[in-house]
Amino acid sequence: MSENIVTLNDIVVEFDGERILDKINLEIKDKEFVTLLGPSGCGKTTTLRIIGGFLNPDSGDVMFDGQRVNGLPPYKRNVNTVFQRYALFPHLNVYDNIAFGLRVKKIPEKEISKRVAEMLKLVNLVGFEKRSINRLSGGQQQRVAIARALVNHPKVLLLDEPLGALDLKLRKEMQIELKRIQEQLEITFIYVTHDQEEALTMSDTVVVMNGGKIQQIGSPVDIYNEPTNAFVADFIGESNILHGLMIKDRLVEIAGSQFECVDSGFGENTPVDIVIRPEDITLVAPDEAKLGGIVESVIFKGVHYEMLIEGYDFRWIVHSTKAAEKGASVGISFTPDDIHIMHRMKDNEKKEETAENEE
Amino acid sequence: MKNKIAAAPYLVWMIVFILVPLLMVAYFAFTDKDGNFTLDYVSDVAQYTPIFVRSIWLALISTVICLLIAYPLAYILIGMNTNIQSTMLMIVMLPMWMNFLLRTYAWMTLLGNNGLINAVLGLVGLGPFKMLNTEGAVVLGMVYNYLPFMILPIYSVMVKIDKSVLEAAADLGCNSWKTMVKVVFPLSLPGVFSGITMVFVPAISTFIISRMLGGGGNLLIGDLIEMQFLGNSYNINLGAAISLVLMVIVLLIMTILNQFGADEDGVMVM
Amino acid sequence: MKKLSKVYLALVMMFLYVPIFVLIVFSFNTTKSRSVMSGFTFDWYIKLFKNEIIMSSLVNTIIIAILASIASTILGTAAAVGINNMKKLPRMVVLNITNFPIINPEIVTGVSLMLLFVFFAARMNFEFGFVTLLIAHITFDVPYVILNVMPKLQQMDPFVYEAAQDLGCNPLQAFFKVVLPEIMPGVVSGFLISFTFSLDDFIISYFTCGSSMQTLPVTIYSMTRRKVSPEINALSTIIFLVVVVILVIKNVLEIKSNAKEKGERR
Repeated sequence: MSENIVTLNDIVVEFDGERILDKINLEIKDKEFVTLLGPSGCGKTTTLRIIGGFLNPDSGDVMFDGQRVNGLPPYKRNVNTVFQRYALFPHLNVYDNIAFGLRVKKIPEKEISKRVAEMLKLVNLVGFEKRSINRLSGGQQQRVAIARALVNHPKVLLLDEPLGALDLKLRKEMQIELKRIQEQLEITFIYVTHDQEEALTMSDTVVVMNGGKIQQIGSPVDIYNEPTNAFVADFIGESNILHGLMIKDRLVEIAGSQFECVDSGFGENTPVDIVIRPEDITLVAPDEAKLGGIVESVIFKGVHYEMLIEGYDFRWIVHSTKAAEKGASVGISFTPDDIHIMHRMKDNEKKEETAENEE
Repeated sequence: MKNKIAAAPYLVWMIVFILVPLLMVAYFAFTDKDGNFTLDYVSDVAQYTPIFVRSIWLALISTVICLLIAYPLAYILIGMNTNIQSTMLMIVMLPMWMNFLLRTYAWMTLLGNNGLINAVLGLVGLGPFKMLNTEGAVVLGMVYNYLPFMILPIYSVMVKIDKSVLEAAADLGCNSWKTMVKVVFPLSLPGVFSGITMVFVPAISTFIISRMLGGGGNLLIGDLIEMQFLGNSYNINLGAAISLVLMVIVLLIMTILNQFGADEDGVMVM
Repeated sequence: MKKLSKVYLALVMMFLYVPIFVLIVFSFNTTKSRSVMSGFTFDWYIKLFKNEIIMSSLVNTIIIAILASIASTILGTAAAVGINNMKKLPRMVVLNITNFPIINPEIVTGVSLMLLFVFFAARMNFEFGFVTLLIAHITFDVPYVILNVMPKLQQMDPFVYEAAQDLGCNPLQAFFKVVLPEIMPGVVSGFLISFTFSLDDFIISYFTCGSSMQTLPVTIYSMTRRKVSPEINALSTIIFLVVVVILVIKNVLEIKSNAKEKGERR
């Protein structure tokens, strides 16, 4: 139990009668990099604000290091936050921004200057001490925000979409840098993002959220390979999601044909959702596979080609390093390992997601 | 944030010194000297209808004149380069910073029978004309005092009009006159409407200008109110009733103008 | 077109400035005539400074303006912070009532306060004077402070306040260390507007000052009632000069800070 630095028990938050968080249960281990992932409005930022102390849950317990901290204001928690738009203090320069938290705690100036210098080195901003915040680039502001939080030696660092405002190249660099910092300092990072790639790249554990509920908790590999439902499958990378029928253990019917698979325990003749990743599909000659279709489009994506195959009643997305010819008739082949079977979601839940995804 | 409490002292202040006094006006308007309910004072206001009509009329004329002077001026100002523009604006606004009693007094000395204007006219064999203590003098005083209130909101709205919009109009075949009529004018309307309220409201309720430049024969609503509270005909119940009617008139006019989109930004420009 | 607009500008300027310059010129006149300059003298200025009523009302005006503007800046800034955190409906109600002294004719505000004071003066046995004047001035100043501070609060990144708390500030510390520096421009302009409005106010002071206490504008008013008095000209000249000096300084400072900003951006 003491291994968990942060524990959320049955957290419920409501705004104007609307349930923002619906019984969230989460255990975060010390020194772990945990990412809360989901579309906007899924409750991930609300969860982070509860851990940070900016919001109190309507019910449920927030535990920190085994102690209940409900109602404890942010300034009394050993947690620091990197805000979405950095929230740097515009009237202070780089040095004073980073020193802010230490000065509030009345730490001697000598110690402050030592710790600020350490931080500037950590985030590669040596020489920027006197620079005004307004004269920094987005990436540099980001680094100041991280340094300002870390200089207080928090046990947990909360990061709220910290890379959202940066351009793609800078974002990739910062992802690597954040991971480096986390490993170097050995503290817990709780990271919020809607970018699935970011989540998979950096995290030890990914928490996929939607509609105020946790959909799945697992390692990036688990989340990608074994999504528990169609939402997770769809949100993590491009997928072919089909309706299917579980005939019995290890046998499933897809688009009218029966396939062997590796899943069991769904019962007999149960409607299910099926995910097949685009890169797991191999295109073969039409007579070599049970399913097939006509190649509708071929787009070069750099590493691979993305092809749309118009099948009998389903349009397949296929990723392959080899291009098929447009208009050609092809067969669609995959192995039993590539078939991921999930419980069918209720219709109303699905609608909710699509509405949120459109935001 | 849970800092709503910070507003508490002000809320108390607001209730005691803004809300209650306004209710007092209504209370005094509807009661007699012994505190009994009566409609006498409110119905008495009707006998001053000519004064109300004159006040509205003079305020209206002044507002229109202010608009006619201010609009071209604002348009000329925004056409200047930015450095000169801010200096010119400062020069235009500078008289507003003088106490308006003094500004009005200046016209009193100019317009008098022994004043400078009559003296100059006398040199060329004209006059003397009776200029002081006329309705014309009151209108002049209103225009002089409140003109900056018309210039500023119009200018501040015009200056925000995106220059590329004007270029787009030119690109689409508007000459400068057409650009003015079809683009600048509609876009500047919010400024015009807030200018109108900022001139009309003080003009309709003034008592200084009429007292100093209009003599005794050109009483306005403001004079009437002042006389009930601090003048010879001390009668605060009647005064409250007149104030109430004035307030209703002003709020009515403001509501109508607001329908045309006068935004509150204009009022705040200082 | 260019020429026409220059002529127009010149005409408006003449209209605005000729009366003031005539006042200034005749402040140096040896006689009380308003049309003939008979000679040059500083007598009216000397008389002005020896006039105890004017001098004491000047002192009153400055004291009231300072106290009222400080009080309304504190009251109004706190109010703006609180109002900014209110829910939509109460916030709208409060802001609308706050707007009343701004949109209402000044005479109505003056009269309403006078009625309040009359009502309580009779019951609580106090007199019109310093206190009633100060209350009246704070009342018409506070709305301007609120209107100047609110937009700054709304422009402010709300997370800056949370960031301060995250870094160990309690709410009060967070306000003084982070929020106040951010909204300072609005607070300062609210203060300055309050101060100038208080200095300049005649109508509301006129109804709330009673007979024992006079501010400068009230004194000026009673002087203009006595018609011919070149001391007023002298006073106008001095006020005009003060205004010019202040505005020029303000403009120069603005130009400098603009230039500095441009330089920094480079």
